[in-house]
Amino acid sequence: MDKLLEVEQLTKVFSLGSILSKVKITATDSVTFYIKPAEIFALAGESGCGKTTAAKMILGFETPTSGVITHSGKKEAIKGKAWITGGIQAIFQDPFATFNPLRVVDRYFFENVRNFKLARGKAAAIELIDRKLRLVGLSYEEFAGKYPSEFSGGQLQRISIARALLTDPKLLIADEPVSMVDASLRMSIVNLFKKLRDEVGVSVLYITHDLATAYYISDRIAVMFRGNIVEMGTVEQVLMNPQHPYTQLLRESIPEADPARRWSSTVTLSELEHEEYLRRGCKFAGRCPNVMDICKTVIPEDIIVEDTLVKCHLYSGG
Amino acid sequence: MNNPILRTENLKAFYVLDMAGKQKVAKAVNEVDLEIRENEVYGIAGESGCGKTTLLKAIFGAFDPPLRLIDGHIFYYVNELGVDVTTLNAEEKRKLRMTYISYVPQGSMSVLNPVIKVKGTYQDFIGSHVRGNTRKDAFELARQHIIELGLPRNILDTYPHQLSGGMRQRVTIALAALLGPRIMIADEPTTALDVVVQRGVIQLLMSIQQKLKNTIILVTHDMGVHANIADRIAIMYAGKIVEEATTTKIFGSPAHPYTRFLIDSLPRFGDKTQRGSVPGNPPSLTDLPSGCPFHPRCPHTFEPCKEQMPDYTQLDADHKVACWLVA
Repeated sequence: MDKLLEVEQLTKVFSLGSILSKVKITATDSVTFYIKPAEIFALAGESGCGKTTAAKMILGFETPTSGVITHSGKKEAIKGKAWITGGIQAIFQDPFATFNPLRVVDRYFFENVRNFKLARGKAAAIELIDRKLRLVGLSYEEFAGKYPSEFSGGQLQRISIARALLTDPKLLIADEPVSMVDASLRMSIVNLFKKLRDEVGVSVLYITHDLATAYYISDRIAVMFRGNIVEMGTVEQVLMNPQHPYTQLLRESIPEADPARRWSSTVTLSELEHEEYLRRGCKFAGRCPNVMDICKTVIPEDIIVEDTLVKCHLYSGG
Repeated sequence: MNNPILRTENLKAFYVLDMAGKQKVAKAVNEVDLEIRENEVYGIAGESGCGKTTLLKAIFGAFDPPLRLIDGHIFYYVNELGVDVTTLNAEEKRKLRMTYISYVPQGSMSVLNPVIKVKGTYQDFIGSHVRGNTRKDAFELARQHIIELGLPRNILDTYPHQLSGGMRQRVTIALAALLGPRIMIADEPTTALDVVVQRGVIQLLMSIQQKLKNTIILVTHDMGVHANIADRIAIMYAGKIVEEATTTKIFGSPAHPYTRFLIDSLPRFGDKTQRGSVPGNPPSLTDLPSGCPFHPRCPHTFEPCKEQMPDYTQLDADHKVACWLVA
């Protein structure tokens, strides 16, 4: 199978506290997944589940403790700055923090063109920038010479996507790209990823906590919990028929825009995050409604249930 | 139908900025007439920058410059007697706060004092709003309250940074409910929280509402949250309420094109059909379009939209809308 990016056994351990009271937190624990060309792969989970750490390692901002990242057949792990190749580009959460408020936005574009030697001469550069802006529904005229404060959040996020597209990347890593954008404009960004996949053939690693948009655009999804991928498969299977109790809880907790379907049950929340990280067995054992004795001591294996990977003891018996 | 507990009449609250001799006016709350009733959850929805937070500030009677009350009245129905908040002085407003109306501000995860323990915040709060309480009594009251709401008992002895975002949010909501206010205003209480934590926070709000039988005014741009807990919803656009109805009617038969866009843009599970967002960009409050402020983005625009803001049309006993299409 053709794989654009493959991540194998990626582990990152952070040490917290002083020398006397050191706590080791495994931010990502043997995370393994791959992304195919022209595919949107969602990495979903709550804050503090390790999804951003995984993205940072792929981008070379963090060095993995162990594990291999393979990009287009080349092993690029641990060398760092893999993203400089231009094959991978990133889009960040807060479009207002992406651009310096005192700098005209188009300067970022010209800088990129110069640094990557994408075009010769100003006219060619403008032509290239205009072409990329049109992909995201903007144009050079309406953007030249303006400061970030002159755009809305949705526009700025589209501008940062256009900037990422300058180098013709094969893979975009989008870390919570819509969480800062207004709900009414969110779909315009999400649709853009869909369009880029279908028309340009760009793959997207879509990191999000919003399962509804993940369902809407993604092909496959991995649900992370406290550093582990607990369930991975196609969105249809994982979100419409979740197997892992954590995915079931997440799916149930999304408020549906339908007043006839309100929540009836109550949830228990985790008291302290790092206690869950330090759990010996399954990290979800403290909150799981189907908890068994084995869950508290033994880390579950990855089990394939109907083509979906599930990390849960419930399915290991049969 | 329950009695009204809060009413605004032609409320206008603008931000007036003097910039080098030139006046800049942002019409954040523009001619808003609301009637909020006892024992209900009243939701206010709209894009960021449409004036939701300013409306809450105005309802709370907090007019800090550059925000100015231009016109209109706000009535609190304290003991069935209407009190016009705009005529009260600072001391009278202070007495009503927290006992009659309390406010959970946006980003309230960061409102707790980071250098004192949660119990210190509680004691300060009780000390300034309840008369004749010793620190010991105050602590006892706080402890009782925390246990009643089902929060972990040991949180009073923690510093805010030791708590997760969701827990801090719940502590702030618990604090706002301490003196049993008749009205609680919550501004985006679940934004920036994870779905499971969001559900926990909403559960807490609902259990407080059921216990106190009071009114919650909930502002959020998440229509899913509104669908889940609100009884009635007002849709706000560019400083105006464009539609108001019961939750079932807002979701079942939205009348304003803007409301329809808001609801249609929500992705749903099991449905992958193409969804669009509201076209264009929200208008600037300092430079509003003529007539209906939504007309530059509306697909159904025709002549009168550009000239005049439509009046409310009462579609039903509980459903009013300001749109020329139904006028």
